[in-house]
This record gives sequence, C-alpha cells and structure tokens, in this order.
Amino acid sequence: MTINFDLTEELQDIRKVARDFAVKEIQPTVDEDDKAHRFRRDLVQKMADLGFFGCVIPEEYGGNEMGWLAATIIAEEISRVHASLRLPFNMNPNGPGCTILRYGTEEQKIKYLPGLVDGSLLGMFAITEPDSGSDVGSMRTKAIKDGDSYIVNGNKMWISNATVCDMGLLYAYTDPAKKIKGMTAFVIDMNTPGITIEPITDKLGTWGAPVGSITFENCRIPASALLGQEGQGFKICMEQLNDTRLGCQAGGLGLAQACLDAALKYANERQQFGVPIGKFQMVTDMIAQMATEVDAARFLVYRAAFLKDRGRPCTMETSMGKYYVGEVVNKCADYAMKIYGSYGYSEEYPVARYYRDAKSYQIVEGTSNIQKLIIGETMLGYRKRI
Amino acid sequence: MNIAVLLKQTFDTEAKIEIAGGAINKKGVGLIINPYDEYAVEEALKLKEKNGGEVTIISAGADTPDAMRQALAMGADKAISVEDPALAGGDEYTTAVVLAKAVSTIPYDLVLAGWREGSAQVAVRVAEELGLPHINVVTKLDIDGGKATATRDIEGGNEIVEVPVPAVITAQKGLNEPRYPSMKGIMQAKKKPIQKLSLGDLGLSADQVAAKVKVQSYFLPSAKAAGKIIGGEAPQAAAELARLLREEANAI
Repeated sequence: MTINFDLTEELQDIRKVARDFAVKEIQPTVDEDDKAHRFRRDLVQKMADLGFFGCVIPEEYGGNEMGWLAATIIAEEISRVHASLRLPFNMNPNGPGCTILRYGTEEQKIKYLPGLVDGSLLGMFAITEPDSGSDVGSMRTKAIKDGDSYIVNGNKMWISNATVCDMGLLYAYTDPAKKIKGMTAFVIDMNTPGITIEPITDKLGTWGAPVGSITFENCRIPASALLGQEGQGFKICMEQLNDTRLGCQAGGLGLAQACLDAALKYANERQQFGVPIGKFQMVTDMIAQMATEVDAARFLVYRAAFLKDRGRPCTMETSMGKYYVGEVVNKCADYAMKIYGSYGYSEEYPVARYYRDAKSYQIVEGTSNIQKLIIGETMLGYRKRI
Repeated sequence: MNIAVLLKQTFDTEAKIEIAGGAINKKGVGLIINPYDEYAVEEALKLKEKNGGEVTIISAGADTPDAMRQALAMGADKAISVEDPALAGGDEYTTAVVLAKAVSTIPYDLVLAGWREGSAQVAVRVAEELGLPHINVVTKLDIDGGKATATRDIEGGNEIVEVPVPAVITAQKGLNEPRYPSMKGIMQAKKKPIQKLSLGDLGLSADQVAAKVKVQSYFLPSAKAAGKIIGGEAPQAAAELARLLREEANAI
C-alpha cells in the first residue's frame, strides 16, 4: 500500500462528530467546570451514548469495532476542548475494557464490557503506589489466596477515577517471593467491603478528572475476580499500559492542537506597535515550530494507532508517540503562554489551563524517561520488539 | 409516514466569503449541512420514530456528499441525489423543479426542508410545483389525523397554522435540537442506498429547467462604518441626535 495521509470518509465523519460534540456540549462550561474541579458524569454518559467508548470493543460486547485510530481521533478532539475529559477513554474501554477482552473469562466479559461501553459502569486501573511509580515491580499490595477468595492488603495512589468508579483492574502480588513472576491481575468491584477511597484534590492540572488513593484492608475478593492466570500480572500490566499509553497521547495531541489554535487566534488579533503580533518574526517562529511539531506528533500518534489496528508490534512506536507528544504539548503550552503574555497568565483565557494540563503528559502512563528507555533499549537490541 | 427531506450543503457559517473574477471563491471553503436543513432532518427522524415509515433525503446538484452522509448517519433511510451537468447554471426555479420531480418518484406524506434553502424560495416553489400547501419558518410541528399543525414566529407573537397533509413544512431554529450521528449511525450510513438520478431519469430536459434568473454581478456588503458617540448633557445630546438623524442619516 502506498502512504495515504487522507483519513477515510468514515474517520472524517467521526472527527466531525467528536469536534461538534466537544464544541457544543463541553466548551460552553469548560472553564467553570475545570475551576470547580467538577467531574461531568453527564457528559461522559453523552459520549458513551454516541458510541465514543465502543471503538476498540467488539460488537458482541456492545462495541462498534471502529478501531484504535477512530478512538484516538475522538479522544484527541475531546481533549482539544477539555483535556480532563479524555481520561474516561482510558478508564473505560482502553484500560479495563481491552484488558478484560484479552484475558477475561466469558463471564467477566459479559459482566463488564457492555457497561464500560454504554457508560453504566465507570472503570479505573490500580498500578501506582506511594512508593512504586516507574518501578512497577516494586509494588507492595498483596492478594493472598484464602480458600475460594483472595485477601487484599495495600495502598494504591494517583488512581484516576478512584472516587467515581464502579469497577477496575487491580495489580497485586499473589506470591511476592517470585518477584514480578508473582504479580497477578484482578478485576474488582469497588463496592467490595475493605476498600477505602480518598480523593486527591490538590494537584497541578486536569482538575475536571477525579483522582484518588485506594486502600485495601483485609479486602476479600472472590477467586472469580482473577484476570488471566496467577503470575501473569506484570505482563498483563505492560500490555495494558501499551493501550492506555495510546489513549493518553491522543489526549496530549488534542491539547497541543488547542495551544496552537489559541496561539494562532491571538497572534492575529493582538496588536502591538501598530501591527498584529504574528507579524513579528519571533512570534512567527514560535508558530512555525508549534505547527510543525503538532503535525509531527500527530503522525507518530496515528502510526501507533494504525499498527495497533493491524495487530502489529507497536510497543516502541507507542512509546515514541507518548514521549514526543509529552514534550510537544509542554512546548506548545509554553509558547502559547509566551504569545498571550500576561493575558495567558490570567485565568481570562484558556491558556493557563492548557499550561496546567500539559504537564501530566510527561508523567502519566510511563514518564518521558520510561518511554525513552523503551525506545532506546529496543533500538539497541536490549529489549524484544513486541 | 414517509417523509422527504430536501437537503443542501452550504458554506461553513464561519467561512470568509471572497469574490474573485466576478464569482464567489469556493476554494478552500468548508461546506456544512445547511443548519436549517439539519432541523428538518431531526424533525423527520422524530416523526419516523413516532409513526414509522421512511425518511428519504433528496438533493439536487452533486455538491452534497458530506451533508447527505451526515443525514444518513443521523438515521435517515435512503437518499436521492439528482446530478446533471445541466444543473450547474441553475437558479431557485431550476432546483425547485428538479426537487419536486425527485420527490414525486417516492411515496410521501410530508416534505420537510430548512426555511432558508435557496434564498428561502426553494421549498415554497417545490410546494407550488407539487400543488401542496406549505407552512414556513416553523418552530413547532404536530402531525395528527391527516393534518399538520404548525407554530410559526411572526412579529410580536406566534401564529398557528393548520393544513392537510401531504404538505411542505420549512424548519426554523427552535423546532428541535438536532442529534449527533452516533458511531453506529456513521457505520450504517455507508450501507444505505444513495440513488443517483439524471435529468433524463426524471423525464426533464435541460430547457425545462433552464434558469429564469441571471446573476449580473456579485459584491460584498460595504464594511460597517464606525458608530458616533454624542457627548454632552442629555438635552443637548438628544437635540444633536435628532438633527443628525434628520440631516445626515435622513432617517426622520
């Protein structure tokens, strides 16, 4: 096949719906919602009703099978208006959804997948702990077999959707002696006794996306919550991250585009020394860099989605997209702020929000440094291409 | 209840209109479904959900693939597109004659359109061609017992008009809130039939639809002049305002 930069009519139509939805339904209250740290469950439901969460889930479980590129484009357009609202894509279909699809029993698929697509369920995934971030294997949460169930003890931290979710993925050690070969994945219901959730409200950005800590205290989960086999947890986790990393970079891409949109508008509007500031070469230069890098980021993100849609190895390519988007969105937010000057620093324009929200893209779903490790080690032959 | 919806594409409402070489420059201008037609599509779908039947999208000229796909993705059942080189130089008369003929090829109980379609003339002309009653600029519509009861905005109030169906109804903003096409709808739209007809297929010749109106020239509206603020005390300012309105603006 020759290279084709045109999206299919179907994908163009999907972008249009996502864009129209974002502009008409999210935009009018975005600043108000963000400042109030408000999670718009109703908007998440509307997105679900339109099938936005069904792209990577088969029809038999309520999805529409439009694919990863479609899911990427939708999350991009939603994030372009409110970055906080790209999170539900990862918390529902991309994270729990795809992982249950890969490793779940038929019973688990039937129980969770339709709800994750139609929005009646909200999901999460619990990997990070207070002392375990990039070093996933260092997690301390344990799930010890006890008859027909597991007893879970431990703390999970920085869990998106913690305060609003109904279910989620839990990674814990069933056999700590075996190191990462002793890690196991579970799919749990949040109303299980022994689970305590605390919101984390003081954070730099993505104020419209709830996050919290989850504590398990002698929490008894049934053996039927086991996802895959005991000891498969680390592998399942890495595969899940390869999916959610794509959802995440789609959000970063949309936010970078928003920075460019805003910069273009203001550079043409704002007059200094009798001309629009876009006429000054130093501003022109910033616009040129932003436009070029947003496009380059888009090609990397779409390529990762393209490979995933075809079931081809894409771990390194997904990391390239995530790393690059994380850097580009921060540069674009910085440049947009410079172009807006003090108005950017004020809360009167959305640029301050963009600046706050951009930072997370260098941190979540594997930091920029972790992405570079994956890319470099794969290139050098230290890591298998998967 | 079978419903025909007349549809056209129009310039994106945010597009900057430019005139080049005596014609409107269409290059690089985004086209969207005519916003008023979108209300017509939504109303047709609501009536279909209530009463059953089929919704057929009908357009003249080959300029509407995106709008047509959108209407089908929203839930319309099929589409008819009349495409013929002879339509290129047409006017509202041309479009109306062609659309009326196309509507006649299907069974219909109602024809819906956006009120602004083709200088706000096309839908009314279609009604005349088909010998149907019409109600324009409608903000509320009920179809019951062979009658269409429509509310339309008039200056200072509303007017309620009742006509027998079939009839032509044109939609105004406020009639409904158009739905977004769902992912499922977008996928299904691909499989829905779009019937392409030529003038010959409709039994029309190029002469029969030749334009009655010829455009002499296009020009952009002149830029709005800056406003004038009259300062000073109110009595003197009012007197000055009256003088300006009389002597400069010739308004009183």
